Amino acid sequence: MSAENSGTGKGPQALVGVEVADAEIRRRAGRSLLRFNTCGSVDDGKSTLIGRLLWDSKALFEDQLAALEADSKKVGTRHGEIDYALLLDGLSAEREQGITIDVAYRFFSTEKRNFIVADTPGHEQYTRNMVTGASTADLSVILVDARKGVLTQTKRHSFLVWLLGIRHVVLVVNKMDLVDYSHDIFNKIEAEYRAFAKELGLPDAICIPISAVKGDNVLERSTITTWYQGPTLMEVLETVEIDETRVREQPLRLPVQWVNRPDLDFRGFSGTIVAGRIRKGELIRAQPSGRTSTVTRIVTFDGDLEEAVAGQSITITLADEIDISRGDLVVAADQPAEISDQFEATVVWMSEAPLLPGRSYFLKIGTKTVTGTVAPLKCRINVNTLQKMAAAKLELNEIGICDLELDRSIAFDPYRINRDTGGFILIDRITNDTVGAGMLHFALRRASNVQWQALDVNKAGRAAQKGQKPCVLWFTGLSGAGKSTIANLVDKRLHSMKRHTYLLDGDNIRHGLNKNLGFTDADRVENIRRIAEVAKLMVDAGLIVCTAFISPFRAERQMARGLLAEGEFIEIFVDTPIGVAEERDPKGLYKKARKGDLKNFTGIDSPYEFPENPEIWIDTTTTSPEAAADTIVAYLQERGLLEP
Amino acid sequence: MSTLSHLQRLEAESIHIIREVIAEAEKPVMLYSIGKDSSVMLHLARKAFYPAVPPFPLMHVDTTWKFHDMYAMRERMAKESGMEIIVYKNPEAVEKNINPFTHGSAVHTDMWKTQGLKQALDKYGFDAAFGGARRDEEKSRAKERVFSFRSAQHRWDPKNQRPELWRLYNARKQRGESIRVFPLSNWTELDIWQYLYLEKVPIVPLYYAKVRPVVERDGTLIMVDDDRMPLKPGEQPMMKKVRFRTLGCYPLTGAVESNAETLAEVIHEIAAARTSEREGRVIDHDQPSSMEAKKQEGYF
Repeated sequence: MSAENSGTGKGPQALVGVEVADAEIRRRAGRSLLRFNTCGSVDDGKSTLIGRLLWDSKALFEDQLAALEADSKKVGTRHGEIDYALLLDGLSAEREQGITIDVAYRFFSTEKRNFIVADTPGHEQYTRNMVTGASTADLSVILVDARKGVLTQTKRHSFLVWLLGIRHVVLVVNKMDLVDYSHDIFNKIEAEYRAFAKELGLPDAICIPISAVKGDNVLERSTITTWYQGPTLMEVLETVEIDETRVREQPLRLPVQWVNRPDLDFRGFSGTIVAGRIRKGELIRAQPSGRTSTVTRIVTFDGDLEEAVAGQSITITLADEIDISRGDLVVAADQPAEISDQFEATVVWMSEAPLLPGRSYFLKIGTKTVTGTVAPLKCRINVNTLQKMAAAKLELNEIGICDLELDRSIAFDPYRINRDTGGFILIDRITNDTVGAGMLHFALRRASNVQWQALDVNKAGRAAQKGQKPCVLWFTGLSGAGKSTIANLVDKRLHSMKRHTYLLDGDNIRHGLNKNLGFTDADRVENIRRIAEVAKLMVDAGLIVCTAFISPFRAERQMARGLLAEGEFIEIFVDTPIGVAEERDPKGLYKKARKGDLKNFTGIDSPYEFPENPEIWIDTTTTSPEAAADTIVAYLQERGLLEP
Repeated sequence: MSTLSHLQRLEAESIHIIREVIAEAEKPVMLYSIGKDSSVMLHLARKAFYPAVPPFPLMHVDTTWKFHDMYAMRERMAKESGMEIIVYKNPEAVEKNINPFTHGSAVHTDMWKTQGLKQALDKYGFDAAFGGARRDEEKSRAKERVFSFRSAQHRWDPKNQRPELWRLYNARKQRGESIRVFPLSNWTELDIWQYLYLEKVPIVPLYYAKVRPVVERDGTLIMVDDDRMPLKPGEQPMMKKVRFRTLGCYPLTGAVESNAETLAEVIHEIAAARTSEREGRVIDHDQPSSMEAKKQEGYF
């Protein structure tokens, strides 16, 4: 701790007057805010550039600088000179490795603006971090080393910046001091980059020759690069248009976050306006319901407003009692958003476990959470070559284009028009982790062409005719556990009790409906998805359905459960230890798998995720197939499922 | 209307975050430490749900060693906001009379604050807790997410944080997990002071300079707030005109000499200041990377 603790070092200075102080505070407080991100590798001097911006704009305090000086001597890479890079490496583990591996946010201000910088690393495996940092940026600064020029990683960063729809790009050619501030070298790099950017469709980039270490063209205009007539980096940062100001000119979009109902006399709808503006007396439309009403008040703690604009968090009241809840989108009545449940989208995968087409995920867009399935994956984009390649799944940090199917319709705008009504995250249904992020391109036309056919005879009617309650008995367990044997016994008993049943068996289905599927994780997911859908149709037809499939993943069993009504899905875990199943080996499959002739065999080289809360648990080491069938039939009787 | 100011944008973002938590969490609580950041956070919560009273309680994890002026402010704000306030004191720390003089700042902070907070969250079963931490305060904060997940043991895993994109926050969690939410993540110290000034938010008078009794300990000015402060033989507290940049337990909070008697004057001083506010905190300097280590243990 320092012995010098007074606020200013010299002691406070007397203020000129209260009014002057007030005006000064209001002027400072009224400055706008620019969010930007930086892309480049450690070697490009990115951290040094940010350190320079923080230091030159006086965002660093003396004690922080003292710590920085000490750290520079201890672990710095600049032979004891100030190593600005150390400022940004927040976590101790990373400090030792000498690289930043996450997103760090830094703050500084000048007379004109306040800034938030998202510092994101440039290593390939950290695509997810860069996408995260760029998602809220108004501008991206892309760094290249003047000695190396435009590299593969420069193209990769530019592609991600384009993907995230950032409208302002600054290419900073750093380390000009190490190439004698050569105009030729700068020209060459600029020309090469512009050609690439044009091909990509990036908006006009501003190219600036700088030296972060010496400070040329960062805040101060360089006295050496007299051949450069453009703005300094800071001049760009201080004047570029902020995205919220731009989207203000678009039609109103207000995702409803919260219905504010303190008492019976007040019913307000709260949210952050993400596009356009809203005025008192204006006609609005709630989507997806499509109902309209008039804004009666724009309520805030500081009094009612006549008008509010994009970026503000407000509460509105309406003239009519229309049904609006969290997740709905309030829009300009005459300029609504599109509505669909099927889309083409780009997905950036952010999880160690791959994205599997056919598996269902929670999808959060705006304030709405729905269930979504990727089906199918159209291609993967190689971020280095920008080539589109065929792909069955997406691994961590991979980017793909896919079709998305949701369980219900949502209101949206294409991401290129608005980030907030077109950007979404995918959430794993079991771990609850954010596993992907995506951008909606457009609605698939088939969504509006394929209507759900309303049928006159319904599920209840069909079930009543058979005098039973339909359900699915979902048998799961290892290969050779005894699923088919028990399911077959149950099916026979129910049949003899004059119940209408059907048994879907793994091997039989793979001979027909699913004969184009193999045994990779992706195919297993699709296999179970089809089974679940078929079982659902059969339940709709009034049948009691037995399914006997390994169904190794919790996520798919949960998906199948989700397709059916409460109480219709009965999960039966046929629990046989792998040693026992392997000994039985009724089809000789374990032997083949052990020899390596059979790949992706559950329990050997493909995982089985055992059920945590099955309705029925059969331990086959202590229960015979007949006794197991008795237990299951007794369960159905207890639950009243065998009665009309 | 012209471009929104940075304070308007920060305010809107914080309100959005607070509403998002209330919409998705089962049993949220706001940790109220009575300091300036807490004051801003409480003010934002009241704005977020106006005209309703914020639909969650405030909780103060007390150490019994806060400044007397802070306790007065706590009672005042509870009344003004109309919100329920829960005061929790770690019973073991009460029983053992844990204090910074006999036990040292590390044990004091761990027992009252870190353990106290964990106990309080478990006792009431809160699954989401708002905290007033800002990313500009300290290096390890700069990388923490707005929604920061804690295991059932309240541990933070900095290597395994969820990505946060756009305005989309994923509040889903496993049973037993809880979330710490930091609505002020993107505010700086100066933003806080400016906002307090413009919004006329009441704050503890200790933030303004006044002649107060202080003693010097290891180069830091410590205010003698009551007679529990042990004085050296023959030591007389000095009367100095001081104010505080942050507030915590009075024996662990350094004062700065100042003439700033109004908020405007404080802002003027801060804007010109060349030392960061955490320098006045004794606990950050215990050991290298000390804040990060504390956070992994469950310190807020």
